[in-house]
Order: sequence, then structure tokens, then C-alpha cells
Amino acid sequence: MIKLWIDGDMIEVEPGATLLEAATILGKEIPTLCYLKEINEIGTCRLCLVEDERSGKLMASCITPATDGMKIHTNTERVRKTRKLNLELLLSNHKVDCPTCIKSGDCELKELSEKMGIRDNRFAGLKSSLDRDDSTPSLFRDPEKCILCRRCVSVCHQVQSVKAIVPEGRGFNTVVEPAFYNSLSESPCVLCGQCSVICPTGAITEKEYINQVWEALDDPQKHVIVQTAPAVRVALSEAFNQPAGSIVTGQMVAALRRLGFDQVFDTNFTADLTIMEEGTELIKRIENNETLPLFTSCSPGWIKFIEHYYPEFIYNLSSCKSPQQMFGAVARSYYAEKNGIDQKDLVVVSIMPCTAKKYEASRSEMAGDVDYALTTRELGRMIKQAGINIIDLPEEDFNQLLGASSGAADIFGATGGVMEAALRTAYELLTGEELAALDFKEVRGIKGIKEAEVKIGDMNLKVAVANGLGNARKILERIKAGEELHFVEFMACPGGCIGGGGQPLPATEDVLEKRLEALYEIDRNKKIRKSHQNPYIKKIYQEYLEKPGSHKAHQLLHTHYVVRGV
Amino acid sequence: MSALLEKELQELKEVDWSRISPKLEKQLLEKEGDTIIDVVHQNLETIIENNRGKEEALIEVLHQVQDLIGFIPKAVQKKIARGLGVLPTEVASVISFYSHFSEKAKGKYQIALCKGTACYVKGSAEIIDKIKRKYGIESGDTTDDGFFSLEVVRCLGACGLAPVMTVNGKAHGLLNPEKAISVLEQYKNGEM
Repeated sequence: MIKLWIDGDMIEVEPGATLLEAATILGKEIPTLCYLKEINEIGTCRLCLVEDERSGKLMASCITPATDGMKIHTNTERVRKTRKLNLELLLSNHKVDCPTCIKSGDCELKELSEKMGIRDNRFAGLKSSLDRDDSTPSLFRDPEKCILCRRCVSVCHQVQSVKAIVPEGRGFNTVVEPAFYNSLSESPCVLCGQCSVICPTGAITEKEYINQVWEALDDPQKHVIVQTAPAVRVALSEAFNQPAGSIVTGQMVAALRRLGFDQVFDTNFTADLTIMEEGTELIKRIENNETLPLFTSCSPGWIKFIEHYYPEFIYNLSSCKSPQQMFGAVARSYYAEKNGIDQKDLVVVSIMPCTAKKYEASRSEMAGDVDYALTTRELGRMIKQAGINIIDLPEEDFNQLLGASSGAADIFGATGGVMEAALRTAYELLTGEELAALDFKEVRGIKGIKEAEVKIGDMNLKVAVANGLGNARKILERIKAGEELHFVEFMACPGGCIGGGGQPLPATEDVLEKRLEALYEIDRNKKIRKSHQNPYIKKIYQEYLEKPGSHKAHQLLHTHYVVRGV
Repeated sequence: MSALLEKELQELKEVDWSRISPKLEKQLLEKEGDTIIDVVHQNLETIIENNRGKEEALIEVLHQVQDLIGFIPKAVQKKIARGLGVLPTEVASVISFYSHFSEKAKGKYQIALCKGTACYVKGSAEIIDKIKRKYGIESGDTTDDGFFSLEVVRCLGACGLAPVMTVNGKAHGLLNPEKAISVLEQYKNGEM
């Protein structure tokens, strides 16, 4: 053990522990900006400086290992002044347009400026003049707000292995951008939005469609319906300073009605529908010896990843549209026909934990299914704009027809959930027996890669689950090397949709765990926990789609993919 | 011919090859009958083959290619990325960091003008200004006729000669704006 003193308090730490870690154990708050544990430990922002008594030097506590006998000071005049100076220098080349910035409510840079008491701008020097990147439907880059902390770069490279953005140039002229490509839309960026979750400023954010949705809601001619993804209901309340993992399904529905949506439906309904179609596809592929393993296709960031980086696998992807797109297709056909609603008056909005869903809605293969996809963060802002106090609202239920769901649909929002939902249904459909234990514990939890062997009848189904694209890549490489698997669930974001690029901030591992646990709690408390037992799913097949995998189902609920490359 | 090879050759054809390094010019003359695309492609294949799949060899490969062609156009960056198993963004990021590497063809005469402390104190800013105005280029640019490219650098290690510039590696010191222009005009007129 290493023994040192921080502000006079003695502490013992393991060799290799940093000064920041030691100080945190002692309950001391040291400001950090570029630091992300294990992902971005590069000591560039110099805000976590502490003073070493022996050498008299200031050191970046996030990267300096504690050594025996150190006497560290975290609150001297020199430490405070230097930290402040460094932050002022960062601000000197930042746009500082806080009142109109989308990130204003969640900005770490703003919070640190407030904490350190920066009141004026001493260094009014040259500022970078850089173009904004408006090229994708999902993300918006404003490099004039970038402070070059490299957090987005490290997430994009190390967690997601996408490597779409890099630092280009040097010194003052450095810009974090999709170098080589002219814009994000031309690059192999998968639009997962993890950069927008991790950015401490407003340099990379979701592209907002709030005004377009307000416009539709304000138009009496329009019939505006909304669907909500499972991961939204366990995270939305965080935007209203509630603890992570609070379940606000009923309040969310009530708030959406008060915003003016004509019908409030649930993406969960089409999650159940996805299970019917995807489960049928899996069984068919196994029985007919077709391409295996089957890959899930709910996560649009994952789809784009495979199209760019592993196009040789696109026939492994399930042809099923994602629940968001299935919902759009069913709303525009089944729902509109049943209720005599004119196509041109129908507006379909979705609330998603995801930035890539915006892009998915715009894909030419299924354009028109969904008009606007808003993130959880955007919904939070809309509710605030309407002056609704969501926490005190009475709980309300989804509208029927496209609003009922099984517990299997709720867990779609967590890594492993689609797999578990599919197994519950596939087991019963294949064996004709009732599944005794519904919980497939091996595929639960936020671990990056999970594997299981499931016995269904006389078949041993080998399944795997990966969340985060870096982990997805690992599984793909294993399959390339010859490993045998039958069914693999992939979600682009760490933790699955609960950790999506459109979720409230911050999204620490602790927060993800709580959101995940909340989804399983909803599942546990539902009477119907298997997709094929959802009565409205039975109804839509009886009345409209005939049976899973039918010609009509294929027309409406299935799609195809594109080889993109890099 | 594989689809990939066809695509690579097509991308190489779209590059402006009007200004290439003397080294490449010489090779082209020696290999009579081969087009510039053939020569570049063969050379790239050799360089990449020795480093296939080696991410860590990126800078070394870039050195070899810069030295061979005189610049590293996007089509070549893409080929390098594919060969080494990295992404084009990573290749572009490294090229943009080091001023030694260049995406665009450099001029026949490459001027490196020092703006280090000693040169700056002795008036290099005025010299840079004069060159920029005379030839209509900024630092990092190349003149339209392809004669000169200008790079402003921080110290050439010849402070005794301040203000100093190098032209294709040859040092010219104790400059003032007029003297600098006269040196460059001599290059242009083939007198140097």
C-alpha cells in the first residue's frame, strides 16, 4: 500500500492509484473535464491540478500516480488560480452562446465556470471560425464550441470502435471532425450519438425537431400520434432531477396527452410484433438451413455499423424493421384504415432514447413510416416548454389498439432484452409447451458480451448478446474465425437502449444499472410477459396481417440493407 | 481484375498528377510504356505489402509515400488505410498533424520560411508578408503555376543566419524582403 497525505489527511491506496482517485476516496471534489475513467485519461484540460509539496509542482491529478510519502494540496491559492486560469483559456476559444445553446441545461463547461466563479473574459483573443455540420438527420456539430478535450474521440474509438471523428490539424487549428470526409453524413459515422452524451459542451448534440412537432400539434387539420420506446419511461424523469431508475410510464403518457397528441401509443406494441416476426424468421432459418447466426435488427446504429464495417454479414441481419419502423408502417396502414384517417393528415412521432432513430426514420427503404423521431432529452424539453410538471401528473394508460404490450416488450430497452423476449416466444412456439421459468438470467445485466446455451426441445440454441459496438466487433470477429452461434442480439450503445445517445445526462454505469433494473421491474409486474400472448398482437394478425411472415407482414414489417463500406 | 482493384485504379485516375516528385518522374521515364497510374500503384503495393495489417507502421508508410510521390492524395490515403487495417479518418488525422506530410501536391520549389524567435525578431514577418503578396499564396499553399509552395516553420536551427529560409532544403540566410524575392526569382528563372 502507498501512504500519502492530501490536505493533511492521511490515506492509503493501492499502487497505481492516481491522486484523483485517492482524493475522491477522501471525499474531496476535484474538478475534471477531459477525464473519463479508463476511457480518456490524458490529462490535457489541466483543471484537476493539485500541488505537490515536495517538488513544489502542480500536477494533473487524473494521470499522476500516488507515491509513498506524498504531501498533496488541493486547495491552495496557486491551485485555485491556476485551475481558473486554465478554464479561462479554454473559454477564450469557446463560442459562449449559453442562453441559446441546446446544451445549456447539461453543460459541464458552464457548470465548471459557475463553480470556479469565472465572471469575465480576460482573454479576448482570436477565436476559431469553423463551419457547423448539419449534414445528418441525427447529430449536429458546432466545432466553435469544442474545447478539444477528446472525450468524443475516445468514446468513438475505444468504446464504439467506429473511429468516425478524429482530431485534424495541430495546435490552435485542431478541429475534431470526420477528417478525410467532407461531413459526418459522408463518413462511416453510425450516428449512435454516444459522442453527444459524453461531450461536456454543445459541440456535438442531437439534431432537434421540437419545432416541427409543435407545428404539427398546433395544426388542427393534423392527426398526430406518438409512440414511446421502452427505455424512455425509465429515464425521462432524470430530465426533471428525479433519481435514476424512476418509472414514469403513466405520467409520461399523461404529459404526452397534455402536449396535444391525439393518440398516445407504445413502441412496445410493435416490439411484441417484432418478436413474432423475428422469432418466426429464426425458426425458419434454422429449419431451412439458411444463413445463421441471425442478427437482431432493432438498433439503427448497429445496422449502419454492419453496413459500413462488416457488409459481408448483411444477410445475417434479420429482415425485420425495428419496432419504431414497424409502428410507423402499422399506423399508416392498419390504424389509419381502421379509423378512416387520411394519410396526408396523419403525423407519426416517436420518442426514442436514440439519435440514430432519426436517421432510421429518414432511410429511403422505409421513408414515410415515421415523420419525426425525438429523443428522451427533446421530450423533456417539450414538457418543460409546455409548463407541465410531469412528476405531479396522474398516471394514465396508453390508447388501445397500438398501445398494449407484454413484459417481453419492456425489456427490449435493455441489453439482452430482445434475446430474452425472443426466447420466451420461440420456446413456446417451437415446443408447444409452456415455459416454466421466464427469466433468462444469463443474458441480463450491462456486461458487454453475454453468452448462453438454451435447450429448446431437442435443439441446443447457442446465443450471444453484445452491447456497445466495440463488443459487437469482437463477436463478429469470433464468428469470422468460425465460432458457431445461432442467434445474436446486438445493440449499438453501452447497456443497450437505456444507454442510448438520446438519453438524459449524465449516463454513468450506475445510472444505466438503475434504468436497466427498472425495466425488469416493469416486466416482473406485468400479467402478460410473452409477446405471443399479447391479445392485441393476436388481433392484428387475425384482422390484418394473417400470420407472422405472411406476404402482407413482409410488405409492411420487413426491409433490406445496403452495403456501404468505408 | 477484382472489383476492389478496379475501384482503386479508378480512384487513382481521378487524382491530379501534374506535379509529382522528381523521384517519381525518374521512375516514369525508366519504365517506358507504363502510365503514372501503373507506376504509382506498383510502388504503393510494394510499400503496403511490407506493412500489411500493421497499424503501427502508419507513419513509416506515410514517409515512404510522401517521399515517393511528393504528396498523399485522398485516393492514396484510402489505399493505405485499407492495407494497414486502419480507417481513412486516422490516416487523414496523422497527415494533418505533421506538416511534413501533404495531401496536395507541393510546388517544384518548397520554401520553408522560419518564424522562430530569432528570425521573428530580425524581421521574418515582413519577409513572409512580401512573399505572400508577391506570389498570392498563404502558408501551406502552392502557387497556381506549381513553382512555389510556402510553409512557415518554427526554427530551422540556423539562428545565426536569421532571418532564414530553405528552398528544397538549401538554406538562404541573412534575408530581407527584397533579397528573399530575388533568391526566389532566381529559382524561377532557372538560375539557381
